[in-house]
Amino acid sequence: MSQLKNFTKGFIKENPVFVLLLGLCPALGVTTSAFNGLGMGLATTFVLVSSNVVVSLIKSQIPDKVRIPSFIVIIASFVTIVQLVMEAFMPDLFAALGLFIPLIVVNCLVLGRAEAFASKKNLVSSLVDGLGMGLGFAFALTLLGAVRELLGSGAIFGFSFIQGDGMLVFVLAPGAFIGLGYLIALTNMIKKNE
Amino acid sequence: MAKKESSFLNMVLTLLVITVVASFTLASVYNLTKGPIAAAREAARQNAITMVVPEFDRLESQKFLPLTGRDSLEFNFAYKGDELVGVAVGTYTDQGFSGRIRAMVGFYPDGRIVDVVHLQHAETPGLGDKIEKGKSDWSDQFRDFDPATQILRVAKDGGNVDAITAATITSRAYCEGIQRAYETFIANVKTPEGGAE
Repeated sequence: MSQLKNFTKGFIKENPVFVLLLGLCPALGVTTSAFNGLGMGLATTFVLVSSNVVVSLIKSQIPDKVRIPSFIVIIASFVTIVQLVMEAFMPDLFAALGLFIPLIVVNCLVLGRAEAFASKKNLVSSLVDGLGMGLGFAFALTLLGAVRELLGSGAIFGFSFIQGDGMLVFVLAPGAFIGLGYLIALTNMIKKNE
Repeated sequence: MAKKESSFLNMVLTLLVITVVASFTLASVYNLTKGPIAAAREAARQNAITMVVPEFDRLESQKFLPLTGRDSLEFNFAYKGDELVGVAVGTYTDQGFSGRIRAMVGFYPDGRIVDVVHLQHAETPGLGDKIEKGKSDWSDQFRDFDPATQILRVAKDGGNVDAITAATITSRAYCEGIQRAYETFIANVKTPEGGAE
């Protein structure tokens, strides 16, 4: 598989949210606005790339039986770094996402890529995979956030263009499921027509 | 390179090395970000105080235990010269729709409210988050509110506060938090003559 294909597979073909259905907890939880989705997606991307690189580098040094705890410690360390750095330098974003940052640790997407990809492939492939998957995740979250913000509050990235409220259900939890369902259907349609 | 064998010694050593490296990394990141985090929190607090009391040049902080609720409230006495111009009270409520809401309430020395600004909340975006100043002008109705003559409850409960549409629970909670600040203010600060101690 070429590196380009390896990179682009995360966007549509193997999109973590729409196709692999991984990491749905943050995907449903934080996507009340496009900006929150983007912030969460980029934070996850950073963790994913860093953990993929480290896991790929030390994969031969880790005995099989303790690989999961080792991966978790590595991932948790990077998540804590993201949390501290974000609180220090982006307090506004942290106020919006703070609750969900620690949840990146248990995002099965991160551990899934470490276990299924980075622990078997070389450094460059793992880096590209982390980047592609992470950006695909960010893309999915931003898209879902944009749809929900557009329908729920009549705004996009905080710029409102209608007076009053939109369809409030899209701001609440059921709207996340409805929006996600339609986006998955759309992705399947695109994949079928390819 | 061949995989390391899963022997007891190998497993213990691997985990030891990984956790030690992780600890050192986290400790250094913590040290690096400690300053900026404290600065960001302090800036947010100062900013909130400035928003809810009249112009001041000196602040004194003291903590009081409220009559209801477990956690103490932070009172920030704002002085201009030697005269007390206002008190900014960091208050909270646990009656919110999702988790604790923290807010900063500013009082004139006579007990009237200067303004209220939220510090932290996890209310529903699009509904309860209208308590934020930037999202709607709902909290402006607390300006010059006098809890001595008006009732700090939503209209549905017989008070003088208009609730946010579709977010009565949040509005109710916000009033409860402000009421807690006011009661503590009356009990600890306001003297019978109407002035402050």
